[in-house]
Amino acid sequence: MAETKRRVAVVDYGMCNLFSVQRACEHVGLASFVTSDPAAVRTADAAILPGVGAFGEGMRNMVQRGLDDALRDLVARGRPLLGICLGMQMILSQSEEFGDHRGLDLVPGRVVKFALSPGDPGRIRVPQIGWNRLVAPAGYPGCWADTPLQGVADGEYMYFVHSFYAVPRDPGVVLSRTTYSGIEYCSSFRKDRIYATQFHPEKSGPAGIMIYRNFKSFCDE
Amino acid sequence: MTIRLIPRLDIKGPNLVKGIHLEGLRVLGRPEEFARHYYESGADELIYMDVVASLYGRNSLHEIITRTAREIFIPLTVGGGLRTIDDITQVLRAGADKVALNTAALRNPDIIREASRIFGASTIVVAIEAIKQLDGRYLAFTDNGRQETGVEVIGWARQAEELGAGEILITSVDREGTGLGYDLELTRAVTAAVSVPVIAHGGPGRMEHLRQAVAEAQVGGLAVSSLLHYDFLKKGRPGASGVGPEEGNVDFLKSGRLDSRMEPAGLLQIKRFLGSRGVPCRLPNEGEVPGRG
Repeated sequence: MAETKRRVAVVDYGMCNLFSVQRACEHVGLASFVTSDPAAVRTADAAILPGVGAFGEGMRNMVQRGLDDALRDLVARGRPLLGICLGMQMILSQSEEFGDHRGLDLVPGRVVKFALSPGDPGRIRVPQIGWNRLVAPAGYPGCWADTPLQGVADGEYMYFVHSFYAVPRDPGVVLSRTTYSGIEYCSSFRKDRIYATQFHPEKSGPAGIMIYRNFKSFCDE
Repeated sequence: MTIRLIPRLDIKGPNLVKGIHLEGLRVLGRPEEFARHYYESGADELIYMDVVASLYGRNSLHEIITRTAREIFIPLTVGGGLRTIDDITQVLRAGADKVALNTAALRNPDIIREASRIFGASTIVVAIEAIKQLDGRYLAFTDNGRQETGVEVIGWARQAEELGAGEILITSVDREGTGLGYDLELTRAVTAAVSVPVIAHGGPGRMEHLRQAVAEAQVGGLAVSSLLHYDFLKKGRPGASGVGPEEGNVDFLKSGRLDSRMEPAGLLQIKRFLGSRGVPCRLPNEGEVPGRG
């Protein structure tokens, strides 16, 4: 019982409700603390970057607090990072949301909007709000081994809320694809120990909780 | 994309209640017990509505929200009596994922814009309580359909979207609690007017009513109360755990009588029914269910 528990920093840059992320961590026994202090993020055992809302404002808030560099340092130390929703998008290089914005650029790629087709009766509704399937790109189940999706069934449903989606430059980082109104996009990716999901695992029932459990095991390494 | 089945729990004090036309509330039991049951049987989201909050001008669900959020990992929308940005902050901090605004938004539409900017559009649901007028128009009401506003529903839905609402929850007060089915004309008009997802509420008494709303009104979600609550009461009896309702008119519960118009059904049953009729639904794996530990 003397062992020190790994602690994950839930990065607070004023953009979202962190309660559910903390509850999910608690549920799987992952000790978490909410912080907007770059020093605490820099030295944490791991970090979760959640978020909803606008990319530009999110990045502005991160930079103002020095959290962007803190996360770069954490990643450089080889500690795991999990980006969720807007957090996933900010890990990429840039977004076209309300003008061009630079992201953390930890994984090369960009963020684009679901194309609206007005007037069409079967038109795409944006944001996508609801449950949608994850499809493994190839070689399931092996390709999800040692990733946060380990143990998740191919075709499993997760809960999504978003108007923009990630387009990583290297298709090799894509962990899962999801199709919304005919648009197939990257719904999770992994590069080294950077993991990201467009969906909200903490809102996706038991299957989503499994992702937290997997992330906990990475934090313990 | 799957259709979202969203149990809606109307809450008064510590109790889950259900009325007709949002009035004549009966006590059904403890909301958390119903919520847990719905989570475990595959609910896609939950709605908690404090149905007396508007009367008192405050939402009193914080403790129930927090207890729910500790064990239930699906989105929770909370509404009722949320007047200010601070009110919204409080329920989000308590553990809600989205808020439903009605009265406050009608009084001051700019709160939609402000809340949407601060919390993100996807956090802001605008709830509209519609009552059909003799001339065929639908007007928006507040305070559970008691207070007339003179605001026309379709234009209001469009305005709410422009101001930044991420979803519209459209209630037919005329149908609510009746078991006669959703008001398809109303729902269709709203889905045609806006691009954001629309959740239909008020009226379903059988599974077929749910299918109709998806097929004929292109809704993104179905809020369901009576069908699910009565099914759980028949099968599960929350009283069995020793926690019973503490206030309100519980006679109907003790007598075991249910509305004859209703053909109650559980979530899994509903999802299998919808799936068999070409409406895609999420059928979760029957694996581990968190929340019991």
